[in-house]
Amino acid sequence: MQTHQYDVVIVGAGGAGMRAALEASKDARTAVISKLYPTRSHTGAAQGGMAAALANVEEDNWEWHTFDTVKGGDYLVDQDAAEILAKEAIDSVLDLEKMGLPFNRTPEGRIDQRRFGGHTREHGQAAVRRACYAADRTGHMILQTLYQNCVKQDVEFYNEFYVLDLITDHDLTTEDIEDGAEVNATGVVAYDLASGEIHVFQAKAIIFATGGAGKIFKTTSNAHTLTGDGMALAYRRGLPLEDMEFFQFHPTGLAGLGILLSEAARGEGGILRNADGERFMERYAPTIKDLAPRDIVARSMANEVREGRGAGPNKDYVLLDLTHLEPAHIDAKLPDITEFARTYLGIEPYTEPVPVFPTAHYAMGGVPTNVAGEVLRDSHNVVKGLYAAGEVACVSVHGSNRLGTNSLLDINVFGKRAGRSAAAYAKTVPAHADLPEDPTGRVVAQLTEMRERPDGERVAEVRKALQETMDANAQVFRTGESLNQALSDIRELQKRYANVSVQDKGKLFNTDLLEAIELGFLLDIAEVTVVAAINRKESRGGHYREDYPERDDANYMLHTMAYRRPTSAPDAGDGHVAGYFDHVESFGDYKVVLGSKPVTQTRYEPMERKY
Amino acid sequence: MTAVLENPATEAPEPKAGAVPSFDVTLRIRRYNPESEHGEESVWDEFTVTVHGTDRVLDALHMIKWEQDGSLTFRRSCAHGVCGSDAMRINGRNRLACKTLLKDVNPDKPITVEPIKGLPVVKDLVVDMEPFFASYREIMPFLITSGNEPTRERLQSAEDRARFDDTTKCILCAACTSSCPVFWTDGQYFGPAAIVNAHRFIFDSRDEGATQRLEILNDKEGVWRCRTTFNCTEACPRGIEVTKAIQEVKRAMITRAF
Repeated sequence: MQTHQYDVVIVGAGGAGMRAALEASKDARTAVISKLYPTRSHTGAAQGGMAAALANVEEDNWEWHTFDTVKGGDYLVDQDAAEILAKEAIDSVLDLEKMGLPFNRTPEGRIDQRRFGGHTREHGQAAVRRACYAADRTGHMILQTLYQNCVKQDVEFYNEFYVLDLITDHDLTTEDIEDGAEVNATGVVAYDLASGEIHVFQAKAIIFATGGAGKIFKTTSNAHTLTGDGMALAYRRGLPLEDMEFFQFHPTGLAGLGILLSEAARGEGGILRNADGERFMERYAPTIKDLAPRDIVARSMANEVREGRGAGPNKDYVLLDLTHLEPAHIDAKLPDITEFARTYLGIEPYTEPVPVFPTAHYAMGGVPTNVAGEVLRDSHNVVKGLYAAGEVACVSVHGSNRLGTNSLLDINVFGKRAGRSAAAYAKTVPAHADLPEDPTGRVVAQLTEMRERPDGERVAEVRKALQETMDANAQVFRTGESLNQALSDIRELQKRYANVSVQDKGKLFNTDLLEAIELGFLLDIAEVTVVAAINRKESRGGHYREDYPERDDANYMLHTMAYRRPTSAPDAGDGHVAGYFDHVESFGDYKVVLGSKPVTQTRYEPMERKY
Repeated sequence: MTAVLENPATEAPEPKAGAVPSFDVTLRIRRYNPESEHGEESVWDEFTVTVHGTDRVLDALHMIKWEQDGSLTFRRSCAHGVCGSDAMRINGRNRLACKTLLKDVNPDKPITVEPIKGLPVVKDLVVDMEPFFASYREIMPFLITSGNEPTRERLQSAEDRARFDDTTKCILCAACTSSCPVFWTDGQYFGPAAIVNAHRFIFDSRDEGATQRLEILNDKEGVWRCRTTFNCTEACPRGIEVTKAIQEVKRAMITRAF
């Protein structure tokens, strides 16, 4: 075991992690730990843009952006956080430009902006050009620019180190901790993939920036490595997960493959059509049509297919039509996504419409934080020294449905905030906390058990079954019945997981073992997602219940807070789990307890959501 | 992965949208695992899998790892050609496994898959990327400016922005550098990727660090080692005109015009 000491340790080297690192490393000794090499993170796959009301090409202001974000999230957004997001967006974009990001330019040499779903002027009057972009490679440019600046600032990286445990001074799963009592996060335990060695990182402040969990689904735009690691670690250590039932299905994944085709395709004039060639979005969102928010477009597409108007031999997708756009315009604004269509489907987007269908894309929920990036251990108490930012976190600026271009914004605004908060807090901590006795015990036991388990079922079989039941039962359309089916499947798969084995028993670069650990995280995340979805008997944003098709503000204008506890722990009334939805799901030795957290409302009253 | 586009067997498939029926392919993979019985010796292993017309080399590698031999080791992440994890030598050419359709690499014969060359092999298809990133970091791959920061964005004309567009596409996959014969024989050479990233800043109208970068690349292991074999351009999965970028850097070094 090797031990390292830093002021700030950041877990994850995507956009949020590196933005935090740039901030924290100015004032504090900082290390970034990532299970990948930097620049491999999935921020690089983001395409269309980053929203900010720069008003470079037409009138715009951050208040409109705030409203669009709140409405886009179907009013489950914390409005104070949305206001910060929209206000600080402007400086975030300018910061990136100053760091060197090569944005597309207007004829005047300013950062160019384009339209994107759900972003409007004057509270929904018409689509507005708010997305700052670099062709359809905005995420790539952000990831590269942030890494370039990390090189410039000499940020320390631990590449291909997999964080497998969080060290805290209280066991939140079993201890009854009083309201206001202090709980501290003091380090993480990581597995060095190259050598198989265990490392302990003592830290005064820790930032989780581990990204999403798209691999709980089969059809997803997410990377293979997006397995909900940070969310699952926090959850297993007794921290709540917020709003996990809300998962975004991006409307335009390449049919059958799930590879993302940016909403920018529609921002630049692309049109969705059904088998009859009809521009069906006119029926679902008469004002902004194809540029309605993603939840609405994804549902509309799925509905067209369900009602028999799907295209293709199996009538199971719709068509993204770019054929009316000038090829030169496509090449300038959408070069990558059109190449994806050519490479993977053999479709020429200049002349043929592209088969598309919704693909699991983004977790609106995650580890709850306040606007400073501090992680909450219940509806209002923070864990000292623990921060989260980016997709792993739930601030909540996205509510029940994130607007396109707001995630590249989120990682920059809240990555920066988390980095700054963490460094400032680390300065107030005089010394590293003593390590607990046997800090690596749990991790070593977990790895050894998995490595030494005799011949059992393959990891890939269990993972495939998980992804298939999630696609079939917890996708765009959900019912109590389908969700309960998913839950019983997951329960069965949890049992099978206890018997999976790896073939690679070695220490060096053991990706077989890594995938087995990741599957454990996926199962826990899928389980909490489905339990929360069963409990929310209403339809809101990305969570659509056919058996409860209406939004129900009277009962559900609340964030879900899901806790994992040993079955023997008390359910309620013990301070650390405030405000129940009153739902406990028991699974043998542990249970999922659902609590709630109020939604922060400032200036916008919930209204019916029409576009 | 191909569920939606597959035609049911009964229907006559239209030859479009990748609707190709399944076929068998054999992959011949160079294995290296110092912990195995073969020790420091690398060996060839063959695997046969059943794939579909839209499947890529990465899909076949996954099938092998997930269904036949869990110890097969390779890097991958995004699986659609943007993260740069899975550059490997496929039938003797550097490509990204996730962007290479099996049907395009002569699947009638065994497809050979090897790690990229010129970097130390760690295990199977995984190489140590550190020397590659070290060269990248050396060329000061970040915007260098002097004077006060403007309050708004720096202005840049669309033409000035276009000047370095091609080299902004680099994903640091090392396909170019590890295809370069000079790099194979001389590990000290900066290699195409580092020069591409220097180009990206040298020709950025906002940047003021060109002189320093050119000085670094004027080193004996710098741009002058390039022999213009065009391997790098052919290898680049992002379609960057790598050799042209290197030529432009060479010219800038002579003319000091950039």
